[in-house]
Amino acid sequence: MSARDDVLARVRSALGRDPAVPEVPRGYRGADDDTDDRSTRLDQLVDRLEDYRATVLRVDADGIADAVARGLDGAEAVVVPPGLPDAWLPVGPRIIRDDGLDADALDQLDAVVTGATVAVAATGTIVLDGAPDQGRRAITLVPDLHVCVVLADQVVATVPEALATLDATRPQTWISGPSATSDIELDRVEGVHGPRTLVVVLVEGQT
Amino acid sequence: MSIDEDGPFTVGAPLPLAHAPRGVGHLRGDRPFPQAAREALGDTQLRRNIGNATRTIRAKRAAVVDEVDDWEALRDAGAALKANTMARLPELLEQLEDRVTASGGVVHWARDAHEANRIVTDLVRATGEREVVKVKSMATQEIGLNDALADAGIAAWETDLAELIVQLADDLPSHILVPAIHRNRAEIREIFLREMAGVDPALTDEPRQLAMAARTHLRRRFLAAKVGVSGANFAVAETGTLSVVESEGNGRMCLTLPDTLITVMGIEKLVPTWQDLEVFLQLLPRSATGERMNPYTSFWTGVHEGDGPRAFHLVLLDNGRTATLADEVGRPALHCIRCSACLNVCPVYERTGGHAYGSVYPGPIGAVLSPQMTGVEDNASLPFASSLCGACEDACPVKIPIPEILVHLRARHVEEQAAHRRLPTGEAAAMATAAWVMSDPRRFAAAQRAVGAGRLLARDRGGRRSIRTAPWPLSAWTTSRDAPSPPTETFRQWWDRTRGEDRS
Repeated sequence: MSARDDVLARVRSALGRDPAVPEVPRGYRGADDDTDDRSTRLDQLVDRLEDYRATVLRVDADGIADAVARGLDGAEAVVVPPGLPDAWLPVGPRIIRDDGLDADALDQLDAVVTGATVAVAATGTIVLDGAPDQGRRAITLVPDLHVCVVLADQVVATVPEALATLDATRPQTWISGPSATSDIELDRVEGVHGPRTLVVVLVEGQT
Repeated sequence: MSIDEDGPFTVGAPLPLAHAPRGVGHLRGDRPFPQAAREALGDTQLRRNIGNATRTIRAKRAAVVDEVDDWEALRDAGAALKANTMARLPELLEQLEDRVTASGGVVHWARDAHEANRIVTDLVRATGEREVVKVKSMATQEIGLNDALADAGIAAWETDLAELIVQLADDLPSHILVPAIHRNRAEIREIFLREMAGVDPALTDEPRQLAMAARTHLRRRFLAAKVGVSGANFAVAETGTLSVVESEGNGRMCLTLPDTLITVMGIEKLVPTWQDLEVFLQLLPRSATGERMNPYTSFWTGVHEGDGPRAFHLVLLDNGRTATLADEVGRPALHCIRCSACLNVCPVYERTGGHAYGSVYPGPIGAVLSPQMTGVEDNASLPFASSLCGACEDACPVKIPIPEILVHLRARHVEEQAAHRRLPTGEAAAMATAAWVMSDPRRFAAAQRAVGAGRLLARDRGGRRSIRTAPWPLSAWTTSRDAPSPPTETFRQWWDRTRGEDRS
């Protein structure tokens, strides 16, 4: 018998003839439950992000490029995903469109600018899923500064709502603040691997 | 097994239990818990470290759990989802395999630690690489993967800060979430100065500096690595999606930069659907690190064109999990999502730390999981390493009834002992005598009268009378406990005296 056959046989044997399959009670707040209004959601998102020590810049649709410039804070070489709108990019830094840069090349760059797919207000989470304005996962991992543009329409209240909007089979990174460790005496230290600075540009109004 | 009209697979006689084998991995200690604990209790530095750490996490966890109005509903759903998953495990595993394969991944099955180690070693060899980077994975610690790879001339670099500390110190993890919790900053600094190549000799013990030293040390490895090895926090049967929940970013490094990714995962880590993650993604971060959400969670499904590894291998691990599944009362131990909330509230763990349990799964969950995976007799002292206070069950996000399972495993141990010994143990003899006495009202009354003699042993202690020392065999009790002094009369004696013949 193959290992597969063996393991499955053991599982079936362990469970016996007719294992009871319990119902799952769904009394918790789900994806369809009434959500808070938009301004509460946005304020909560900002509160959570700042609690994680991410920098938040709130702007309207005309102010994106300026906010990105402020967020980039003098960074000289910036990688962006192939589908990032030109209108979001400030003049000044050298902009490199990602076309499969290797890890060492990414390591030479100072910053990355992306969009996002959805943001969760309750937890201050921003989800990237490889869409054209977000790019592949490596580009938001290696550079030390990540400027992320989030549109107000992309903000949902809870984790269940976020899951309902996402495609499970896309490669996803859920970001809730800069990287951190509490492994040394439980003292939280920020910025171990992954970008040490996260700037979120939250865009309200029409784009 | 036999074929019948209910379908291709039917259970005939149950298969023998396949426990995690001896001689490989880290599921068994070299001493029973009481011995190991006594030594650990004498280490005041350890007790201080663990005490501080667990006290801090308890407070953080309580604060963020308090925020969540539907916490109990989430726990109920989590518990039921896990039980539901276990009950449907065969078809869910097959579905997972099908989805991962359809997405370009390769699924391997490992009956035990030996087989898993062999599979991973062969996969690494096939790439021609002699080193791998690893994301923290309890499953790979459990099977002793790093040792097996080393035997094959392959270096496995731990990248989780705590696992790095443990590796550099040639130590073993003592906590399932914060493996180096038994080390304070001064000790970590010393370890880095001694073992980390190229470290700055002026390194202080400030946590930020230590973390930055680790960052520099590991960054070169990440950027050059060709093979990554990980575990998985969750696997979604419906879609073939895997997930790693982390804080530092080393997971993202190992999951996305190398060409080849090998993930070792216990078969119990499944959830049925993508949407079901909504329960666990809320329960886990708050229970584990006391955060609303951990910094980074990665999801991947097979191989993604132009993004991440070009080869993905999933190794599904049994290693005693099916043996655990076979015990209906003990089975909920498999529901564990490895948050470590139970460790952080346990008064026993807080005082002894994890090494005393002898297994990479220590604390309350370890005391019910390790013995079931290895066979109770190989970890017989663990179910007794508890005061049954029940704090663990209250803290558990998926409501594992740990005290109930502890008592159940104690009974299994006693039955094992009875089955294999020709003479009863002292404890068994005492229990048999007590049963004999209590089965007859006159014998019981006589025993109650005799108990009064115990008052002679009592001494005044802070205004109360208690027995601090008793002769053998009761001395086994009184060396670490005071017993209350027996009263001048028992309830029955008082009743007879005050109510006389009225026994209605």
